[in-house]
Amino acid sequence: MDWVNSILSPLVKSLVLILLLLTGFAYLTYYERKLLARFQVRYGPNRAGPLGLLQPIADAFKAIFKEEVIPRHVDKWVYIAAPALALIPALIAFAVIPIGPSMTVAGYTINFYIANVNIGFLYILAVASIGTYGVVLAGWSSNNNYSIIGALRTSAQMISYELPMGIILVAIVLTTTLATGVGSLSLVDLVTTPRPWWLWIWLWLAFPIFFITMLAETNRSPFDLPETENELVAGFQTEYGGMKFALFFMAEYIHMITASAIMVTVFFGGWQGPFVDQFPLLGVGYFVIKVVLILFLFIWVRASVPRVRYDQLMQFCWKIMFPLSLVYLAVTAVFVALS
Amino acid sequence: MQLFLFLALAIVAIAAAIGVLVSKNAVYSALALLVNFAVLAVMYIMLHAQFVAVVQVIVYAGAIVVLFLFVIMLIGTETSLLAARGRSRQITTIIALVAGVAFLISAAYVAVAGTVSADQGRVPGDGAVQAIGEALFTQYLLPFELASVLLLVAMIGAVVLARKQKSDEV
Repeated sequence: MDWVNSILSPLVKSLVLILLLLTGFAYLTYYERKLLARFQVRYGPNRAGPLGLLQPIADAFKAIFKEEVIPRHVDKWVYIAAPALALIPALIAFAVIPIGPSMTVAGYTINFYIANVNIGFLYILAVASIGTYGVVLAGWSSNNNYSIIGALRTSAQMISYELPMGIILVAIVLTTTLATGVGSLSLVDLVTTPRPWWLWIWLWLAFPIFFITMLAETNRSPFDLPETENELVAGFQTEYGGMKFALFFMAEYIHMITASAIMVTVFFGGWQGPFVDQFPLLGVGYFVIKVVLILFLFIWVRASVPRVRYDQLMQFCWKIMFPLSLVYLAVTAVFVALS
Repeated sequence: MQLFLFLALAIVAIAAAIGVLVSKNAVYSALALLVNFAVLAVMYIMLHAQFVAVVQVIVYAGAIVVLFLFVIMLIGTETSLLAARGRSRQITTIIALVAGVAFLISAAYVAVAGTVSADQGRVPGDGAVQAIGEALFTQYLLPFELASVLLLVAMIGAVVLARKQKSDEV
């Protein structure tokens, strides 16, 4: 039965998770279009199916049946690989995020995570750090000045914003020692260990900083500089069309879901909520609701804040976010050392 | 199973390493290097060294190769780097060959003399992070602090270089 635990169960879980994420992506586009429409006093998609609910499916069919064009001046292999490289990190980051509590069904324990490794936090950082490749290579292989400027901007932006993100995560790892005396880098342990109320408040202080770095990491508005339509003609995606463009689209939205899931896990107790002990399945529901709420925040920001200039973006990171996160880390470290 | 996996990974790693050398395009070289680092990370996981594997990805795949790509793209010399003139190219080749052979010999010596056994590098399962942390902050505290000072110096150096360039422009 060893192979069931080591190969079959992760495989099945991964497949289910990927299917869920892809469906989530489709309906996230619907969610975003509906919400943006509401913010702008419009109706949004309402033609395909009741309330426009079939719109994502119609969009998917449109993308699939588009002609696959590969421009002659591109670097073919890298050009084809780039969209996949953009999508994969967004998908695999979910491996260490617990979606619900462990359940026992018919004498068989089901864990709602793929891997409970003691390096969960580092894994997230590692996946974030390889997230740049898709965009950078897409921009380079397109052989197009606009695309390469978009790609260069992205690499600088994502590398810069990884720093405050990583530092905040380090501070949070430090706080895991407070509750039980033994620290852990596992996200599964992070959710299950109880934390006192003052620790929650201290964690929530870091949430705005972390959320802003996440906006930058996922290339979302107001930090969507890699794909600025008005100056870079969509930046790194200029030369992409059809399904390959859809893959980039997918990568961006799944990145958003993943980022929300990370924030829910780190700052809002993951699947925890009232009555979870009695009904474990409720945990999955809480998790999804929290993720949807954070996604709302992403879309709200997009609807409200205009895009920043590139120099503003970098200055904001290095002169405000980075020092702030360092101060947060220092204060946390002193506090943890004293208690 | 273990041996089969190791052989498959080793072949990919060596193929990627050769790819770094023979590729005509600097971006392809960087990508082959990326594949090599990724395969090494998988090998670390096979040795139960999860922490080392993840650090390998963060530092090498996530930072260093990105910087390589960044520089290559910024300078825009994907192919002209290799068009260096004959004589200097030959000298570089000879130096690289000598260094490579010396490294291989020393690695083979260590392997044969058995100063590093397979189990020695192994850290106990789930406690890998704790084990490495404890070793770093007790047994290897001095080298660790020295390395951090060295990195600090490098960082200050980078800042100084960047500043000087700016004042020249004005």
